Amino acid sequence: MSPIVQGIVTIIIGVGGCIAYFYFANLVLDKVIFPARGEKAGRNINRANAVRPWIFLFPAMFALGLYLVYPVIGSFIRSLYNRAGDEFIGLANYAQLLTSDDFRIAFFNNILWVIFVPAAATFFGLLAAQLTDRLKWGNVAKSLIFMPMAISFVGASLIWKFVYAQDPDIGIINAIRATLGADPLDPLQIPFWNNFFLMIILIWIQTGFAMVILSAALRGIPEETVEAAIIDGANPFQIFFKIKVPQIKSTIMVVWTTITVLVLKVFDIVYTMTGGNFDTEILPSYMMDFMFRDDGLATAVAFVIMVTVLPVMIWNIRQSRAEMR
Amino acid sequence: MDNIAGKKSSLVWAANISVLILVLLWLIPTVGLFVSSFRDRDQISASGWWVAPFSVELTYRTRADADPRQEGDLWFYQGNIFETAEVRESFESGESSIAAFGLRGREPGAFPAGTEVENRDGGTITVNADGSYIYTATDPDDRGPRVYFVAETPPDFTLDNYRTVLTADNMDRAFINTLTVTIPATIIPILIAAFAAYALAWMEFPGRALLIAGVVGLLVVPLQLALVPLLNLHNTIGIGQSFLGIWLAHTGFGLPLAVYLLRNYMAGLPRDIIESAKVDGATDFQIFVRIILPLSFPALASFAIFQFLWTWNDLLVAKVFLPSAGDSQVMTVKIADDLLGSRGGDWGILATAAFVSIAVPLLVFFTMQRYLVRGLLAGSVK
Repeated sequence: MSPIVQGIVTIIIGVGGCIAYFYFANLVLDKVIFPARGEKAGRNINRANAVRPWIFLFPAMFALGLYLVYPVIGSFIRSLYNRAGDEFIGLANYAQLLTSDDFRIAFFNNILWVIFVPAAATFFGLLAAQLTDRLKWGNVAKSLIFMPMAISFVGASLIWKFVYAQDPDIGIINAIRATLGADPLDPLQIPFWNNFFLMIILIWIQTGFAMVILSAALRGIPEETVEAAIIDGANPFQIFFKIKVPQIKSTIMVVWTTITVLVLKVFDIVYTMTGGNFDTEILPSYMMDFMFRDDGLATAVAFVIMVTVLPVMIWNIRQSRAEMR
Repeated sequence: MDNIAGKKSSLVWAANISVLILVLLWLIPTVGLFVSSFRDRDQISASGWWVAPFSVELTYRTRADADPRQEGDLWFYQGNIFETAEVRESFESGESSIAAFGLRGREPGAFPAGTEVENRDGGTITVNADGSYIYTATDPDDRGPRVYFVAETPPDFTLDNYRTVLTADNMDRAFINTLTVTIPATIIPILIAAFAAYALAWMEFPGRALLIAGVVGLLVVPLQLALVPLLNLHNTIGIGQSFLGIWLAHTGFGLPLAVYLLRNYMAGLPRDIIESAKVDGATDFQIFVRIILPLSFPALASFAIFQFLWTWNDLLVAKVFLPSAGDSQVMTVKIADDLLGSRGGDWGILATAAFVSIAVPLLVFFTMQRYLVRGLLAGSVK
């Protein structure tokens, strides 16, 4: 039971420490360094107020710097060194990746994932949002489609093993094939298409996310625009595609990019379902092949992932700055 | 708007049916896992979970062990196959019937029930549908003949899989480990992020816009980059692979979302409240603790749910920042590395382990869905 005790102690130290830090840092600032007394009281209050934001920010900035900013630089530097980390080899790790067939397969598959998963999840999410909107049991339906969000990728993979299993007494796909008289096959071993069978799992998880956000956006559309279209004689499909979709375009983009970023990080599904065999490797799972074996190559793969995410990152920052203005 | 033109009843029907199909498609895989986790191991491999409520034809092997009775040259063995020592336990409930039987393992269902079959040493054997058998032999065998049979077995829902998973498979330990990782990794980042979010939302200082943009940028930095440099750092400063290390890692990785969500929410709080508190002489610390924190409860709750689900469901961080030894494995690692490897064919155990691992998140999800949705919307739609 020692990990539990350790956990409780950590919660107490962590939470207590945080509160004590913020409380005492404020106290010291106000009473000791810049006391609001004496002849310089006014100037001291101003100075204390200039310093205070940094006291509030410090723990978060420190953690962010150490756990997210430093690794970007640290990983890049490490990727320029050899396996043992004692010899500078420049871009040799990247060169080795480029000539490796496995890397090319992983990269190509990753592109497939990035195109297909966000597109399909957003499409199904939009469909589900629009269809459930006016139904009496719409909220129940939404809740059930949203549910996979709570399930771990490992759990989801196991769930889908019961769909894909080759044994027609376990896998439902092969059971359907068997009743139609076809021979059982293993969907995860069909070259090329097995990637799509893995992607379906992530689409299954992410559709609920897309649906929830798009459904809120659909509700935010001013009713007058829809009413005007109805009076002008638009049919429901025209209302949906010509009136509603253009108005929620920016939300669709947010959903799309959020899922894209997620896709670039997911490794659990491939790891659990095929272990990267049968040409289903993607970059995050490919990186884990080198983790604990060759840090130089592992960091090089990680940095390739980073570079792929970069456009989305820039777009996100631009978007948020535009919103703040 | 419902009675305005443009709402045709045929379309409403089409919507109802398509949503129904969509929901079924989304639900079926999970139902399969749930049903399988309660099924007996032999039944899982004999029939699909979708026919779980129906009887299954299972093959058994036993030895006709009744005492022989001599009539002339022949020896008679008479008894009921369900009561023989080797299979007695499987048929305690009764209700089973025999579809076919056989004398060799290769053809366990060679003859339909009730037929009289010639045996090797000149005797005959008959096994009836109700399980009674008569066997004749010219020479009394001391062990009784081997009989294979195919029986219609009624569905058998048990909690045995749960008992095995929770006691024999070390899953209880993994469950506790997961909990140990999750709770500090949920609470600590909230606290740190709340202070930072307040500073970014309501304090004036140079560089604020830049920091906010930085946080937005960090939202998408792939976790993969952090693995190698930080594991090395942890090893250098002596934390190594340990619970402390994984708490720190989860705290760092959860912070961008936490700061971003909380800042968006806090920035939307009414300015009047905060300014009048300032006029009344409240310090920033007091405003934060007395006003901002209570008002931000919905946002704090939604981030807490996110972080909880994320740390509970995480596989990658646990694989890297925790030792791979059995006693510090969390459930996802246990399932992905241990159970899928060594118990790859035992579907009942796998289904049960998966269900144990997703039960808590599902519970959290269904009870706190409102906050989860609110958090998602705060993060994505303005």
